[in-house]
Amino acid sequence: MEVTTTQYKRCDLVKPTGRIDGSTAPQLEEALKAITEAGRYKLVLDMSDVNFVSSAGWWVLIRTQKTCRRYKRGEVVLACLDPKIRSSLDLVGMGTYFTIYDDVTSAVGNF
Amino acid sequence: MKTKLFPGRYESLEEISRFVVQEAEKAGLDENAQYSVELAVDEACTNIIEHAYGGEDKGKIECICTITGEGLTVELVDHGRSFNPKKVPKPKIGAKLSEVKSRGAGLYLIMNLMDEVHFDFSKDKGNRLTMVKKKEK
Repeated sequence: MEVTTTQYKRCDLVKPTGRIDGSTAPQLEEALKAITEAGRYKLVLDMSDVNFVSSAGWWVLIRTQKTCRRYKRGEVVLACLDPKIRSSLDLVGMGTYFTIYDDVTSAVGNF
Repeated sequence: MKTKLFPGRYESLEEISRFVVQEAEKAGLDENAQYSVELAVDEACTNIIEHAYGGEDKGKIECICTITGEGLTVELVDHGRSFNPKKVPKPKIGAKLSEVKSRGAGLYLIMNLMDEVHFDFSKDKGNRLTMVKKKEK
């Protein structure tokens, strides 16, 4: 898995590629922590090149969402999520913790 | 029937996924069912490494795929600690974000993604998880 991050004026765009599983989730968490620890809490995750997410990956996103939403200072939103991945997220009831956009432009524009 | 042995570490997850998806495709499962098998097996192997072995490189994971007339059967065998699946708490659907706890999601996913799930714990033969995914009729 690779993670690229781009800092915009109003938010940060994070684009992981490949699989997010027990092996690669720590790498994603590190990339997200680098942003939140720098005091930026408005994040867009572009999931267009992610083909698999296990619960280890969802916990990283949920922990980051908790950090970002604290004091209402920001939020993690998702864009371009594969329908198969989305239905597994909904299966464990985690889908309600994220706003999901069909494209990156709308997700970035929300901030 | 195809059997492969993998080292019990997180790096193995991708290779295990590739193996079971390949067999799921051969068994005639559609793309959604293939993803269900991939996710259920990944969650089960993650639990084996984390809970049965208590960490990486403590033991092996044996993965057996059998293509049947109705779909695919995947068996995972480990020689770590056994557990009582009934005692694993279910994730709280609809809980507030601040109250969400990470335990139990993996097992809940396995139970809901697969058509049949069976655990067999034996002191001599190890822990065997058998999961069946059926083709859409």
